[in-house]
Amino acid sequence: MSGGRGNGPTPPDTTGLLRRAVPVVWLVLVWVLLWGTFSWANVLGGLVVALVVLVVFPLPPAPGRSWLRPGPALRTLRRFVADLVVSSLQVAWQSLEALRPGRPIRSSVVAVRLESSSEFVMAMAVEILSLVPGSLVIEARPEERTLYAHVLGADDAEAVAAFRAQVARLEADLVEALGRPQAAGAPSEEIP
Amino acid sequence: MSTLPALLDAVLVVSLVLLGISAVLVVVRLLRGPTGLDRLVALDVLVAEFLCGLVAYAALTGDSALVPVVVAISLVGFLGSTTVARFVRRGTDR
Amino acid sequence: MSPGSREGLAVTLDAIGTVAIVAGVLLTLVASIGLLSLPDVLSRMHAATKPQVVGLLLVVIGGALHLRTSVDVWMLVLVGAFQLVTAPVTAHVVGRLAHRGDGVRRDLLYVDELVDTRDGADPGPDRPEPDEPDVEDPDVPAPRGGWTEGS
Repeated sequence: MSGGRGNGPTPPDTTGLLRRAVPVVWLVLVWVLLWGTFSWANVLGGLVVALVVLVVFPLPPAPGRSWLRPGPALRTLRRFVADLVVSSLQVAWQSLEALRPGRPIRSSVVAVRLESSSEFVMAMAVEILSLVPGSLVIEARPEERTLYAHVLGADDAEAVAAFRAQVARLEADLVEALGRPQAAGAPSEEIP
Repeated sequence: MSTLPALLDAVLVVSLVLLGISAVLVVVRLLRGPTGLDRLVALDVLVAEFLCGLVAYAALTGDSALVPVVVAISLVGFLGSTTVARFVRRGTDR
Repeated sequence: MSPGSREGLAVTLDAIGTVAIVAGVLLTLVASIGLLSLPDVLSRMHAATKPQVVGLLLVVIGGALHLRTSVDVWMLVLVGAFQLVTAPVTAHVVGRLAHRGDGVRRDLLYVDELVDTRDGADPGPDRPEPDEPDVEDPDVPAPRGGWTEGS
């Protein structure tokens, strides 16, 4: 840590400070939005509240997170919205279909092993998969890099494989959008 | 041109009625739900539908006094459902 | 420029907002039907995601287009953001409890790769214990062997 200062690939001081400032900025933003109007009193009040909250309940460090890359991040967002619309209609159709008497709909609990070792990527993947109707993460084990998802209507091997492919694509998008974890946090990525 | 706003208002009223019907359906699940988790999920959906109804009503009347209410309920609903989930777990553990 | 065109813009925004609200409400209605028609808790939770996330987002967008004052719009944005952050947390907690308890009909699962992979910390109560026979369905390929290595 205290070795050659300034000639490392990432100067630790400024990035550490910046990383600690990010949640403060978010909290102040939420505070100002809650008040609804932008004024310096609001910003100052939000700053005080944010600092108190972060001192009393410190956040765990997010290891090896780099900055967002706008292009891939926008693409991930676009695909997320498209997924949201498509699978909403799909689940709507399945709900109506289930009204008919007969064989009830069948599902699967699928284990998917992620390629990336980054917990942040895993958390984002879990978040997105849970928000989209039709897939629901019921267990996530970062130490095994595995998440277990309940997939509605996955009643054959093809559907399970399709879900695995969907998760793999989502993960690749996220890795690209978030950048690789740096060497300080986790072991290096095996994604080319 | 003056008929269009009236039509839009009528459509909003109809959607409020539809929300009421869906709330009744959810209450059926809430009363019938065999496990506590069923009831919890139904209650969550009921809260979401209530929020939808509040926003639709605010859009219909143009009365924005309800918007902070929506913010508050969306936060309290989250706290409530995660807290209740802990108790439900005790109940269904065998 | 003229008050007429401005009013036209207002009506257009109102119309778009109304369409968004109606779309969200229709999704919510179908989801409520699904809450009654789907067979077990985990399946119903998929239906529950719609009013909580998609339906509410659509309705909030529609409401923001109707109200159009900055205070309300920002607060509605916050409602949407809170919902996006908190809905997965609830879904995860409830889904995990449902899978451990009796919230899932195991005869309707094509494959359950979470059975039998629990670590030693929490040994017993979540398996489909001896009262339930091991052979669940004839066409389940691997009965309860845990997840395979195939990616």
